[in-house]
Amino acid sequence: MAELTYREALNAAMCQEMDRDDSVFLMGEEVAEYDGAYKVSRGMLERYGDRRVVDSPISELGFTGLCVGAAMAGLRPICEFMTFNFSILALDQVINSAAKMLYMTNGQVPVPIVFRGPTGAALQLSAQHSQACETYYVHAPGVKLVTPATPADAKGLLAAAIRDDDPVAVMEGELLYNVRGEVPDGEYVIPLGVADRKRSGDDVSIVTHGKMVHVALQAATALAREEIEADVLDLRSIRPLDVDAILESVARTNRVVYLEEGWPFAGVGAQIVSLIQDEAFDDLDAPVVRVTQADVPMPYAKNLEQLAKPGVKAVVDACKRVLYL
Amino acid sequence: MAQGTRTATERMTDGAGPGENRSGAADGSEPAASRGLGGFTREELHALLADMLLYRRFEEKAEEAYAIGKIGGFCHLHIGQEGLAAGSIKPLRDDDLVITAYREHTQAIAKGISPGAAMAELYGRVDGCSGGRGGSMHLFDTTVGFWGGHGIVGGQIPLGAGLAWAIKYRGGDQICLCFMGDAAVNQGAFLEALNMSAIWHLPVIYVVENNGYGMGTAFSRVSATEMEARSGAYGIPANTVNGQDVVETYRFFEELAEQVRAGAGPQFVNAVTYRFRGHSMSDPVSGTYRSKEEVDSHVEAQDPIKILRDRLMDAGLLTQEELEALDAEARALSDEAADFADASPLPDPSTLYDHVYAEINQHGRLFLDGREHGSGDTRGDGRGASGGAAGGTHG
Ligand SMILES: Cc1ncc(C[n+]2csc(CCOP(=O)(O)OP(=O)(O)O)c2C)c(N)n1
Ligand SMILES: [Mg+2]
Repeated sequence: MAELTYREALNAAMCQEMDRDDSVFLMGEEVAEYDGAYKVSRGMLERYGDRRVVDSPISELGFTGLCVGAAMAGLRPICEFMTFNFSILALDQVINSAAKMLYMTNGQVPVPIVFRGPTGAALQLSAQHSQACETYYVHAPGVKLVTPATPADAKGLLAAAIRDDDPVAVMEGELLYNVRGEVPDGEYVIPLGVADRKRSGDDVSIVTHGKMVHVALQAATALAREEIEADVLDLRSIRPLDVDAILESVARTNRVVYLEEGWPFAGVGAQIVSLIQDEAFDDLDAPVVRVTQADVPMPYAKNLEQLAKPGVKAVVDACKRVLYL
Repeated sequence: MAQGTRTATERMTDGAGPGENRSGAADGSEPAASRGLGGFTREELHALLADMLLYRRFEEKAEEAYAIGKIGGFCHLHIGQEGLAAGSIKPLRDDDLVITAYREHTQAIAKGISPGAAMAELYGRVDGCSGGRGGSMHLFDTTVGFWGGHGIVGGQIPLGAGLAWAIKYRGGDQICLCFMGDAAVNQGAFLEALNMSAIWHLPVIYVVENNGYGMGTAFSRVSATEMEARSGAYGIPANTVNGQDVVETYRFFEELAEQVRAGAGPQFVNAVTYRFRGHSMSDPVSGTYRSKEEVDSHVEAQDPIKILRDRLMDAGLLTQEELEALDAEARALSDEAADFADASPLPDPSTLYDHVYAEINQHGRLFLDGREHGSGDTRGDGRGASGGAAGGTHG
């Protein structure tokens, strides 16, 4: 075990996979000479050369399509988006090409590609630069999505994503890059589709993913001061979804809050609520409550931004609500 | 240089009409006091200098405010590129339209947004030109023809075509000036917009603020052809102008704007300039992508303000006292802008949901987060939002 930042853990995963497989390459804006806009690829140009670590023009639709094409031809591109906000420009290639290729070709053409970069809000970046993009990606069958919350998960999930034969989006968080944590040395791969209980408790389940795991843990700490023990279930992977882990937690606590950074309408949480009422209706002692971003584009002004983001207090309140407190 | 490309100087000398747009001082045929550089009067030249000084001092003020946390998020300074803001926007008519990217503080002021309203937006205050919702990257005031302030590289280019389309559709004689950074020309949206502008002969001038870099990447590293070659494939004339020379730039845009107004169709301008600061406030000024020496040499020799100042002084059109007075005025306006921003309140929390939609329906529920939605009064008719917290699923 070594203590690494989340940023270093992602770097370690890419290097681990590039060392073992020459078909893996990294392409994106500023990934090579600038070491990455968020320095995730620091040192990789030097280590692998410009054949495998490639600065692209600001042409998201183009370089995403190019990476998808290269994946169709059997390479394993890591397509970095400076942030997922800019990938909206490239969604056509993600949805219409990557997601559907295997199916349309009757299994002839797999697309083993990774789309990665930060998603969600940072601080006061305003509407076009602060959006959680998970729903865009999981809505289409054919794409997988993981959302590591810790350095260890970052390394293990990114490595698994690179090895996976399907398109996998790895959504990181700008505000997570400096988070430190223990990361297993050597080869480390976490299978996709396995949730992780980040805290145990039997009173209420806070199910969440990505950066919001940290908000959930803070809320759980606050609740513990009032003798409410929350189970914090980090999905880690949205597609595939660890349904068993969700149902296990619901069966134990009978009360669920879903916390996510994105908008509520057709959000990830909506899917989870649907799942729980389909498969665990009888376990519930209260309707599932979702905590999300306010249903507005992200405002710039500090106070409005604060109001729009899902925070610890909203989670605590939601937990009390499902506990009828 | 690509076919069809002319430099601004060539443009200004070929087929010149009546000599009003030509340099009077250069050939000594005009008395310097009345007809200075570029055929401008001394007062006009002082006004251009004053504009650029204001832009510079305004952004230095913003830089200070950012350092102490009064401004947050991304903040991209235009310092070094002010000649282009003044030289391209000042010749426009009030009812012409400007649309641009996120490095737009000075362009916004040039088009008529007050420094106070711009600064208040940077501060995220209610008196900001976007009500504090937009911030540095999203300054808007359509009443003065400033259409933002866009954060997705290249996103504004087709929007500029759309603004021009609307002008033509309505039979107006305005034009649209659509700015972009050099890196934006590698977006597909650029190519698509140029093609459409050409086939529909739209009254739009696409101006590349060519500062040589997109963040930490030199244009040449990610571009197969020179900037001037980018529009020829669509039959759109390419022009190169030295954006550090506000006199040249002004005369150039003055003429080009009138040509477009007269029906010349879309134009493409490679405006050569240089960014003196880091990409944004969070980026270093120099680094692996450009050396400190390179930056220093530009700051020394390519500062649009110094260039104009020195030329005016050499021509006897500006005294030290006059310069100091102009600069003091620029500083005072910037200080006032900051004071105005400081005094402006934060937006009222109850307005969080205002302007998500233009129409608040009487039927159905628009917002599904179950929170309190304040007034929701986007129309000012007091009808309020539908579907507020009542029946919402959470708190
Ligand atoms: C579609 C998209 N991709 C990436 C970014 C991140 N980004 C912001 S500015 C920028 C560089 C743009 O350079 P240029 O167009 O030359 O303008 P300049 O900053 O030099 O004024 C990048 C990559 C973005 N905002 N939008
Ligand atoms: Mg540039």
